[in-house]
Amino acid sequence: MAALGLAASGGNWFSALALGVTLLKCLLIPTYHSTDFEVHRNWLAITHSLPVSQWYYEETSEWTLDYPPFFAWFEYALSHVAKYFDQEMLNIHNLNYASAKTLLFQRFSVIFTDILFVYAVHECCKCIDGKKAGKELTEKPKFILSVLLLWNFGLLIVDHIHFQYNGFLMGLMLLSIARLFQKRHMEGALLFAVLLHFKHIYLYIAPAYGIYLLRSYCFTANKPDGSVRWNSFNFVRLISLGLIVFLVSALSLGPFLALNQLPQVFSRLFPFKRGLCHAYWAPNFWALYNALDKVLSVIGLKLKLLDPNKIPKASMTSGLVQQFQHTVLPSVTPLATLICTLIAILPSIFCLWFKPQGPKGFLRCLILCALSSFMFGWHVHEKAILLAILPMSLLSVGKAGDASIFLILTTTGHYSLFPLLFTAPELPIKILLMLLFTVYSISSLKTLFRKEKPLFNWMETFYLLGLGPLEVFCEFVFPFTSWKLKYSFLPLLLTSAYCAVGITYAWFKLYVSVLTDPPVSKTKKQ
Amino acid sequence: MEKWYLMTTVVLIGLTVRWTVSLNSYSGAGKPPMFGDYEAQRHWQEITFNLPIKQWYFNSTDNNLLYWGLDYPPLTAYHSLLCAYVAKVINPDWIALHTSRGYESQAHKLFMRATVLIADLLIYIPAVVLYCCCLKEMSTKKKVANALCILLYPGLILIDYGHFQDRYNSVSLGFALWGVLGVSCHWDLLGSLAFCLAINYKQMELYHSLPFFCFLLGKCFKKGLKGKGFVLLVKLACTVVASFVLCWLPFVTEKEQTLQVLRRLFPVDRGLFEDKVANIWCSLSVFLKIKNILPRHTQIKISFCFTFLSLLPACIKLILQPSPKGFRYTLVTCALSFFLFSFQVHEKSILLVSLPVCLVLNEIPFMSTWFLLVSTFSMLPLLLKDDLLMPTVVTVVAFFIACATSFSIFEKTSEEELQLKSFSVSVRKYLPCFTFLPRVIQRLFLMSAITMVLLTLMTVTLDPPQKFPDLFPVLVCFVSCLKFLFFLVYFNIIIMWDSKSGRNQKKTD
Repeated sequence: MAALGLAASGGNWFSALALGVTLLKCLLIPTYHSTDFEVHRNWLAITHSLPVSQWYYEETSEWTLDYPPFFAWFEYALSHVAKYFDQEMLNIHNLNYASAKTLLFQRFSVIFTDILFVYAVHECCKCIDGKKAGKELTEKPKFILSVLLLWNFGLLIVDHIHFQYNGFLMGLMLLSIARLFQKRHMEGALLFAVLLHFKHIYLYIAPAYGIYLLRSYCFTANKPDGSVRWNSFNFVRLISLGLIVFLVSALSLGPFLALNQLPQVFSRLFPFKRGLCHAYWAPNFWALYNALDKVLSVIGLKLKLLDPNKIPKASMTSGLVQQFQHTVLPSVTPLATLICTLIAILPSIFCLWFKPQGPKGFLRCLILCALSSFMFGWHVHEKAILLAILPMSLLSVGKAGDASIFLILTTTGHYSLFPLLFTAPELPIKILLMLLFTVYSISSLKTLFRKEKPLFNWMETFYLLGLGPLEVFCEFVFPFTSWKLKYSFLPLLLTSAYCAVGITYAWFKLYVSVLTDPPVSKTKKQ
Repeated sequence: MEKWYLMTTVVLIGLTVRWTVSLNSYSGAGKPPMFGDYEAQRHWQEITFNLPIKQWYFNSTDNNLLYWGLDYPPLTAYHSLLCAYVAKVINPDWIALHTSRGYESQAHKLFMRATVLIADLLIYIPAVVLYCCCLKEMSTKKKVANALCILLYPGLILIDYGHFQDRYNSVSLGFALWGVLGVSCHWDLLGSLAFCLAINYKQMELYHSLPFFCFLLGKCFKKGLKGKGFVLLVKLACTVVASFVLCWLPFVTEKEQTLQVLRRLFPVDRGLFEDKVANIWCSLSVFLKIKNILPRHTQIKISFCFTFLSLLPACIKLILQPSPKGFRYTLVTCALSFFLFSFQVHEKSILLVSLPVCLVLNEIPFMSTWFLLVSTFSMLPLLLKDDLLMPTVVTVVAFFIACATSFSIFEKTSEEELQLKSFSVSVRKYLPCFTFLPRVIQRLFLMSAITMVLLTLMTVTLDPPQKFPDLFPVLVCFVSCLKFLFFLVYFNIIIMWDSKSGRNQKKTD
């Protein structure tokens, strides 16, 4: 305790920030937790009490294991600590078991594994050369960046209230980004390969890694005009990269290959049986598409252009059905979303290949990959927006333009997470934390870039301010109106449509800035 | 203010911590037949809403005073009535006469917690923010850091949002803070009005009344009793009387009403102390059962004499040399004297000492932080009874880190920074080798921190021996009491020697 105090008093603001947020996480322990809590408890039980060969076959609970093997091993390791807390939680048949000790253990396991995230943020702060600003601590880019990452609203509510293990996974991602910035490419690649075998959602950003490592690591030199010098290809580097990926994959999937279970594992990892959108539409292109469909069908009914009997009942009564059927616009297939996603990612990949701008360019491409997949992916969760928000924080302290995009993306993205917490005691927490993060991020970045042009134009300001009335309407006015029973989906629809506009706008703006940015002139760098 | 956003952030952090703590259990949750302080609050809403004002303080078939009878001044009752009106709109069952007794539900808990947060947001937090903005000779960043530390003080948060104290402390303390603010900024009338409201909200605020009285009296003397000073005195007297009459309006018309309210407010028959309090009488009773040996009226006399004697020097000093700084320190010593020596003290009354200590946090960060930690520790038995171990530990560590980071307290232990320079100089006239004070204080802090951590660990993990079931609570109180005595001496030394150095400085100027 005294040592802790001494560390804090020695002007070490970083540890104070990290400790502060850790304490806040501890305070969030008694809050509401979603079914994900039971999911992870069930995985603990599966990995603890069954042999490896049955991990991906077990289905006593509806929450079957659907993460890659490393995550299963991670749960396995956790379960060996868990048995000292409460043996009962490791019983597969103890469905929905949530004793006080189980709660404590699970919550603390998230808080504890976040240490990796804190370390990654520390490393990121070292390698980011933000804008040179005033001497005061609170105006330093490093300070602002570490607050933006450590105190990230989305991570706080998704991990520590809703319950998931995104913290240390994001930590792995940030750490591998930091390693690439530090020119430790092999380590970066290793970390990312490991990350992929923890949670396969990170496949979204794999193209950026692949192309960047190939272009800027395997090719060691460029022509004077910036295009690739084909004869500078370094075979050893490519082979060592391949070896890393191969070894990690072998370690992860090898046992299942040996057991001849690979198809079963993959069918668990990629369940295409689910619908286009999650129960609550993630604010992406498809949310706008669905909303447009609804509006058109309502108009069509009013104008008697549509036959009411032909409209599928489910689509009109609620938006909460998993299988959403379009009435006016054509329905969307998984293949269509895949093609859309690929088309959306492609320009950024080309940009990374033909206009390499070092690690910064890679970071931009990574964010674009994450955002494009979020925009057009099949069955996207609203939480996936964090995949774009966290890396975007790194860019935000560097340039005023990026800061502006970051703020729009973050504020709308975070707001779109609000429906995750729908219980009354958590309402003040989410509003307070959101205000805390938003006020801080907007004001500190404004202070950082106060000498440049304002971060928002009138339209963007108006849009962001609109989130306030939207929240008031959805959570304070709507429940007391008579529409509550008839149109129970309305708040969710409004939220996701409104946020989708902002996120699409941010995506578009980021794309434009990446494509139009002049390549970094070599002379400037030298 | 250019850095308003930092202040906003700090306030939001304070609010978030408050709300997260309030998700935990409260006193007397699910413990019939008496429940706890939470039920008292709810019961008062029921009483004030359903009974005519004349019956609030009287025992009747509808108002059993033995079951959490109203024992706070009228302003508290009005506040209960206001809350009751809101409760009526949401769910009339919450305040139905008789049938609502012991009502508990998730929604009701949420409602009660929300009333605390709103009261806090309206009264206490603005006062703290304004106070920190009014501090002189400080950078904006320091002001913000100061506000953060005050808002994170764990004692108040845990008692108001965890335990659910008899009437929202943040309201009475907030009014008192407005009073301090007003008096220090030369808005004497507004200040005294705010302080009268504080007293009328919670009679415990009388702990603070003497410094207010002495400071204002000293101001009048300074201006000359024959001229401006007299005018000010009359104005102040009128304000105080008017505000009191206004608050007591329904009760002053009949003598019986007034007497009954007073009897309820000062229940002399409840004994020298209750439960385990970290004051002198409770600690002495480990060796000597004063409660049983001496008759009650002797106890009252003794406690009165001790209290009076211990706060006399500081008060006289304040009348003779009124200064905002001296005023703040006198507030600390007076409240501490009352807490240590007076009759019928609750363990939660330490909050009344903590508030003025928070106000001197920026002047003597090391000692203030130490005191605030001890004050929270002294309430440990109470907090453990309410199942608040986790939030207690977390908020205490958070507060400690906030103080340590924003004031770097461990580097501020020189004589000057402990405000002991003039004292040591005068002692050195007789004892030239008297240079070890800062080191001694550092050692004491270390020892105190270790005992606090150890005692907490023991209380939580060990079962007390069967012979002494109260062993740990008594130990906690005893240890805290010793520390409070040390702090009483320390703060008195500051007051006594500070004025001298102040005069010297003026001479040299």
